[in-house]
Amino acid sequence: MSAEPVGTVTDPREAMRGVEAQPGSRKPDPILVIDDLVRRFGGLRAVGVDHLEVQRGIITAFIGPNGAGKTTLFNLITGFDTPQQGQWRFDGKPLAGWSPHTIAQAGMVRTFQLTKSLAKMTVIDNMLLGAAHQRGESLLQALLPARWRDQEVAITERAEELLTRFNLIHMRDEYAATMSGGQRKLLEMARALMAEPTLILLDEPMAGVNPALVQSLLQHVEALRDEGVSVLFIEHDMDVIMGISDWIVVLAEGEVIAEGTPDEVSQNVAVIDAYLGTTLGGPSPYEDGQSDA
Amino acid sequence: MLILADIDVGKLLGDATRTAVGVPAATFALAAVGLNLHYGFTGLLNFGVVAFMAAGAYGTAIVFTQGWLGGSVLMGMAAGFTFAIAIALMIGLPSLRLRADYLAITTIAIAEVLRISFRSQRLLDVTGGPFGLPSIEDRNAGISFKDVITIDWNPLPDGSHGFWRLEFDEQTLWVMILGWGAVVVASMLLWGLMRSPWGRVIKAIREDEDAARALGKNVFAYKLQSLVIGGLIMALAGMLDAFDTGFVETQQFRPQTTFFIWTVLILGGAASMWGPLVGAVTFWFVIIFVEELLRQMVNSGWVPDWLLQSSDVASVRLIMMGIMLGVLMIWRPQGLVGKKEEAQIDVR
Repeated sequence: MSAEPVGTVTDPREAMRGVEAQPGSRKPDPILVIDDLVRRFGGLRAVGVDHLEVQRGIITAFIGPNGAGKTTLFNLITGFDTPQQGQWRFDGKPLAGWSPHTIAQAGMVRTFQLTKSLAKMTVIDNMLLGAAHQRGESLLQALLPARWRDQEVAITERAEELLTRFNLIHMRDEYAATMSGGQRKLLEMARALMAEPTLILLDEPMAGVNPALVQSLLQHVEALRDEGVSVLFIEHDMDVIMGISDWIVVLAEGEVIAEGTPDEVSQNVAVIDAYLGTTLGGPSPYEDGQSDA
Repeated sequence: MLILADIDVGKLLGDATRTAVGVPAATFALAAVGLNLHYGFTGLLNFGVVAFMAAGAYGTAIVFTQGWLGGSVLMGMAAGFTFAIAIALMIGLPSLRLRADYLAITTIAIAEVLRISFRSQRLLDVTGGPFGLPSIEDRNAGISFKDVITIDWNPLPDGSHGFWRLEFDEQTLWVMILGWGAVVVASMLLWGLMRSPWGRVIKAIREDEDAARALGKNVFAYKLQSLVIGGLIMALAGMLDAFDTGFVETQQFRPQTTFFIWTVLILGGAASMWGPLVGAVTFWFVIIFVEELLRQMVNSGWVPDWLLQSSDVASVRLIMMGIMLGVLMIWRPQGLVGKKEEAQIDVR
């Protein structure tokens, strides 16, 4: 799985070569397509995306200044928030009106900016919770261990493998409350992987993580992509974004203002404006931008 | 020590122990097992424990006294459980999608609505109104569902059983056995559920609903299941109370009973398997111990009349219980047998 099929025509990254660096540009094999999605909070339009496609099998980053609507966009497409209008399709399925858990079951699994580790549960229980299609999660079968024990053994094995990969195996039976902030980020990501998503949405996975850990986290994210999982993530650290992303989507005031490869985006005038302001001393439209938490 | 000479230690310990192993303790333990599922494991703030208990007790009593469905005790119990499920759905369907505090408000409101309705003149023919069921005439004539349980179904030989101050007649002992048996069965059911993947989802919901949702778990359905199962256990507790006293009336379903059961759960330790049982036994032991001690002290003149009279003793015991709960919250928020790591109430 880790061997990179570089150079083959089927490589999704290769396929992105010819894609225009324009907001709303068409992708060869989009896993997520957003159309005319609008979310207003009172008078503030937090998200207003006309058209956005996310390519399958690559790492896509959402960047933008505070208040750009990145997290709101995440919340909308995962069903945690409801848009005033708009449609989005995941793997061809229109998801508007779906509840968060059915969206997760469909294969689009997210993590949160503020980690939601389940503090009074052990690390291994946190992991096992992530696994989908568990027979023992049905009330009628819960009291019949014979019905779910083999499955439990199998997912425990998978959980331990992931914990080993994420350097958390030594915490296996500790309560999640005892972990450091960085370890919780790792746990949340590993737990999301237990659900075997086809698209994983990571909301600032590197925020608050020890720089020594960031490198290993990045490797995990790349390994995920190489295993065929599509990754969509929000990040603020420019070094991280430029180093790891295959494609970058820049948001400002809820709109997609630029798209492209890291090189293209870093030279885009609109992006530089959005981050640094327009004219010296002039009014910046982003100063009163609310936090996108 | 002069004081010890005036205190009948045997009566003090004997009476306290007697109550601590009695049916009221079993009733509280059973209701606390249900509340443990609601609050300790799922994080549902149910302040309407008595609504479920009343549903169980009244369901049984109404069917029995009205002669509906054949008027048997078993059909009555079935009706009581059905009633409890209906209450759980009535509370859960509208309020479980909302934040936790709304459930608290809804549950306490429904419990009061239910109690006041049962008490009303309009329902006099069905619920006995303020007089309860069976009617006083029936009770005087010796017609009660209690007899079915304690006489018809009682395998124990007649007479007194036990030793020391723990002598019980065969009827009381039989209900005690049934009651504590029910506590054990309900606890094992809970234990079985909580060690399953179902229980894992339930605990995850307590910790963070959104995390569970993001992993594809139907949080609403799980909360509703928890509400129904815990409610059924509480309904059984209500029936047990009715089988013990031989009648049901609204007095025993006032909100304070709900808060006693919360006390029991917190005392023993929420989210622990032994918590409800240990809590109920401790609760009743302390209540009776303090009451009896104060009464003996008042009667022997150790507590002056102007400070406390024998008729006030019953309220002082509640004050003592309150102080104990406060001390426990500060020094042992996980309860007597709870795990510190899983303590549900963290005051610091």
